[in-house]
Amino acid sequence: MSADPTDEEREAVDRLLDAPLSSSEKASAPASRYAPGGYQRMAERRHMLLPALHAVVDQVGWISRGALNYICERLIVPPAEAYGVAGFYALLPLTERPRRTAHVCDDVVCRRKGGMEILDSLRGRADVHPSPCLGQCDRAPAVFVQRAGQPDIALTGADSEQTAACLETGEAPAASPAPLPQQGQPGLRLLRRVGETDPRSLADYRRTGGYRALRRAIEMGPERVIQEVKASNLRGRGGAAFPAGVKWEAVARSPDAPRYLICNADESEPGTFKDRVLMEGDPFALAESMTIAGLAIGAETGYLYIRAEYPLATQRMERALTEARGAGLLGEDIAGSDRRFDIEIRRGGGAYICGEETALMNSIEGKRGEPRNKPPFPTVAGLFGRPTVINNVETLVNVPEIVLEGGRAFASMGTTDSAGTKLFCLAGDVERPGTYEVEFGETLGGLLERAGVPAGGAEAVLLGGAAGVFAGPDWLDMPLTFEGSRARGAALGSGVVCVFGPGTDFGDTARRIARFFRDESCGQCAPCRVGTVRQEEALERHLDGGEWEAELFSDLAQVMADASICGLGHTASSALGSAVRLGLLGANRV
Amino acid sequence: MLWGSNAREAHPIFFHHLMKGLRTGTKMYAVDPRRTASAKWADAWLGIDVGSDIALANAAGREIIAAGLHRADFIARATAGFDEYAAAVDEWTLPRAEQATGVPADVIRRLAHDYATADTAQICWTLGVTEHHNATDNVLSLVNLALLAGHVGRYGSGLVPLRGQNNVQGGGDMGAIPNKLPGFQDVEDPAVRARFAARWGATVPPRTGRHLTLMLEAMDRRELTALYIIGENPAQSEARAEHVREVLEGLEFLVVQDIFLTRTARMADVVLPAAAGWAESEGTVTNSERRVQRVRRALCPPGEAKDDLDIISLLAERMGRGWGLPSAEEVWDEVRSLSPMHRGMSYPRLEEAGGIQWPCPDEDHPGTLFLHGGLWEDPLPRPPALFTPVDWAPPRDGLSGEYPIRLTTGRRLDSYNTGVQSAGYDSPLRAAAIVEIAPEDGEEMGLREGDLVNVTSRRGSIAVPVFFHESLRAGLAFMTCHDPDEADVNLLTIDAWDPKSGTSEFKATAVRIERAVPIGASS
Repeated sequence: MSADPTDEEREAVDRLLDAPLSSSEKASAPASRYAPGGYQRMAERRHMLLPALHAVVDQVGWISRGALNYICERLIVPPAEAYGVAGFYALLPLTERPRRTAHVCDDVVCRRKGGMEILDSLRGRADVHPSPCLGQCDRAPAVFVQRAGQPDIALTGADSEQTAACLETGEAPAASPAPLPQQGQPGLRLLRRVGETDPRSLADYRRTGGYRALRRAIEMGPERVIQEVKASNLRGRGGAAFPAGVKWEAVARSPDAPRYLICNADESEPGTFKDRVLMEGDPFALAESMTIAGLAIGAETGYLYIRAEYPLATQRMERALTEARGAGLLGEDIAGSDRRFDIEIRRGGGAYICGEETALMNSIEGKRGEPRNKPPFPTVAGLFGRPTVINNVETLVNVPEIVLEGGRAFASMGTTDSAGTKLFCLAGDVERPGTYEVEFGETLGGLLERAGVPAGGAEAVLLGGAAGVFAGPDWLDMPLTFEGSRARGAALGSGVVCVFGPGTDFGDTARRIARFFRDESCGQCAPCRVGTVRQEEALERHLDGGEWEAELFSDLAQVMADASICGLGHTASSALGSAVRLGLLGANRV
Repeated sequence: MLWGSNAREAHPIFFHHLMKGLRTGTKMYAVDPRRTASAKWADAWLGIDVGSDIALANAAGREIIAAGLHRADFIARATAGFDEYAAAVDEWTLPRAEQATGVPADVIRRLAHDYATADTAQICWTLGVTEHHNATDNVLSLVNLALLAGHVGRYGSGLVPLRGQNNVQGGGDMGAIPNKLPGFQDVEDPAVRARFAARWGATVPPRTGRHLTLMLEAMDRRELTALYIIGENPAQSEARAEHVREVLEGLEFLVVQDIFLTRTARMADVVLPAAAGWAESEGTVTNSERRVQRVRRALCPPGEAKDDLDIISLLAERMGRGWGLPSAEEVWDEVRSLSPMHRGMSYPRLEEAGGIQWPCPDEDHPGTLFLHGGLWEDPLPRPPALFTPVDWAPPRDGLSGEYPIRLTTGRRLDSYNTGVQSAGYDSPLRAAAIVEIAPEDGEEMGLREGDLVNVTSRRGSIAVPVFFHESLRAGLAFMTCHDPDEADVNLLTIDAWDPKSGTSEFKATAVRIERAVPIGASS
């Protein structure tokens, strides 16, 4: 009977699920005689599984059998299923470990900026684990520390002493603010408040024009808001570049209710950090944007799914939502509109795949974050099987300006196919790393120049992250637009511009990328589960001096692109293939 | 409605199918003294007092009538005895039922209304209903409810007693009950007997035989002195087991035919080792939904073990009435020639269809998906269905100051009955022989989990470790029958039995529980 929860575990779960599930859990008088429950009720509560698992890890540091059993009992989930869910996520350990654990980023940027040194010096001395990109490439190297009994924390510009101290005492120095190379410059739209206003202050936000757009949107009504978003030609900034207005319209017109809005803040593409900068620096903007979108599509609940590795962004958003709720800008009767809308935050569990929209929905629903087959698309059957709009943080934050100045004005910025401005994440061998906002049309060379990369300073640039491509010096004249990148067989993806200077060990970088896909493949479909492993093995053989097995590699790439369920498999060969084409992995390089 | 059934543990495959319905929005009520694993999936669990089923059913019936939710047209056309029933349940007001069952009145009301207004509804029950001194009355009270609401004779509705083995139904179908010949044909009907006699070339005794409980009584009186047991372990499975073992010991001659050397087999004069029904035998089985299915031999039985059919044939030969060694199919064809409801089920048809539900009167008949459909035909092609008013009588083994705790028995997921078939395998879920009580009782008695306690009834006492379980309320204790060698719960149970079905009241025993004083310790 060792599978009983400890008091600490029980309390952690109870705090979250404060209302007892049923009267037989000793809530009311006839408890021993009557208990409501049932599958419908269970299904309604299943989405609390991931938060409940987090609650235990937050408090105790790991999920014991007893804790798992207790959660299952409260939520009426079969323990085997809950085990499968917990085991899916990197940050929800099922074996005992110290109360503080460091996840040291060893991804493409941090591994070249000191991450490996931290790992090497602490390995064996403390509970350290290598981690994929933590989204702090502008202040590499990064360490994410899970602290039982204390909020998790991200260390930036970290070193081994600081990390060791944090593991020992739980304390860490205040983080330096995210670098904003363009701060104070005119013409910024998405970044204009970041670093300029107090992100904790609703008053500051309102003083700088905040919540004007929501009022305007309520006056306009849902129909016109959607028409303006359509007219703006706003395309998704998460990577797929799908027109946002089309999604909104499809869901708004659906007769099925309830409808849902999701903001995808599971920013996990290696090299990406712009959504974190927005949430940390201007959280009310996202809250307002989600509210406008929610009202427009007729949703009453919006979910904001933030990756667990972003504790500061999560805190800022939580605070902003609380403030907004207090000011009548969320909840019942929003700003006198007689409409209700509220936002729930969901923390990811450390899984790249959950950035895929349907995997993210399964994750919210308390299931393993495995992508679904499409169709049906989320606009038809999304979260909980209901019509759902899912947009990326950056996409949504464009909305208030569209509402205020009209879709046509927005569409006139940038190029015909790529309207508005775009955020880019500059990192790696650049003088001024950080988040840059440029109007669509800027060339890659122009952007590198802004970041202080001298001529000849970039041997290759990784565009779009691990799922993107390596670009050589002859790409510098490429306009950074959806159509410009497409013409070169690439995609802007999430806006990663990761620079590799002369002398880079591309073999090491390629290895990390191959390992990344092997680790992060959810394993659901065979092409990706097997292909990512075979591809890594082929790369290893090549880097160990073997001939490049071009046919094998292209077969694997083709099978993964053709037959994988989701984008992870579709793009898992992209960066490696481009590195080979650019000759970055030739025998002379290794 | 799962009534007296913990199907999630006792009928896990059935429950798996039930879950599919729950996933698509089917509502479930669970009536059970314990908040079982099944009850946790129910929209509402009603924790009745052990043995108060009739009080609950009668009150639900009264409420359905009082609210005008009964199917008056169906009742008038297809049933008889409604007025007597309505008069009989009239005294079962909700407050009175609350008093008798312990379940809040408004919950009983909701059960009644949801059942009566559902498009389709089933009542599924098992031993929680039938292992009582008034088992048949319990079932009849549920039948009354189904007739009231018209939940019978229609696809998706019905009365479903869940069978405990893959072939319990088949055993009854083949006449392994005291008053029937194969195909549920009455042994006291001379025409029926004549047909069997002609086919068998032997006289069929014209009297109803004894069921197990009556046999035990007859053994006790030395009227029954020789016994041939096939595939049963009564030395451990029956109530008041010590007494059962005494009467078995008193037999002049005991033959046991089994695949294991059970406790009963160890007492036998002759043991006939049998082939397992599954994988070692040819034949058919019939499941809970009356579906007859083929089983095939995949392995030769070990050692001297023989197919049941061959054992019986060889015995007949030694008795001088040899009929050779017929195959399973030949025997089945004989069944078909004598039992009209099986007539259309040839082996080729059974194989082709993957099983057929009786009745299946001829080779063109597809089998019968559900029974009693005739109740919805006009004019009625059969006699009307009868309402049978039943009175509630509490369990025989009354609670008292000396025996204040109600002990009920049941099964766990990983074990089967007395453990003959399941105890030989390890299971990570298996609890040892224990008694479970409500945590608050444990606290009050100053017990800790694992403490050895004496569980004492008016008939016997056993010592087992005690554990707390929150599925139990104060005053209710639970044991399984799985570990008779370590904790013989049937030393405690009462052998009061239902006069119509012969089933003993395994579900309701009055006990007291006290810390066991180690032998030799001063008191």
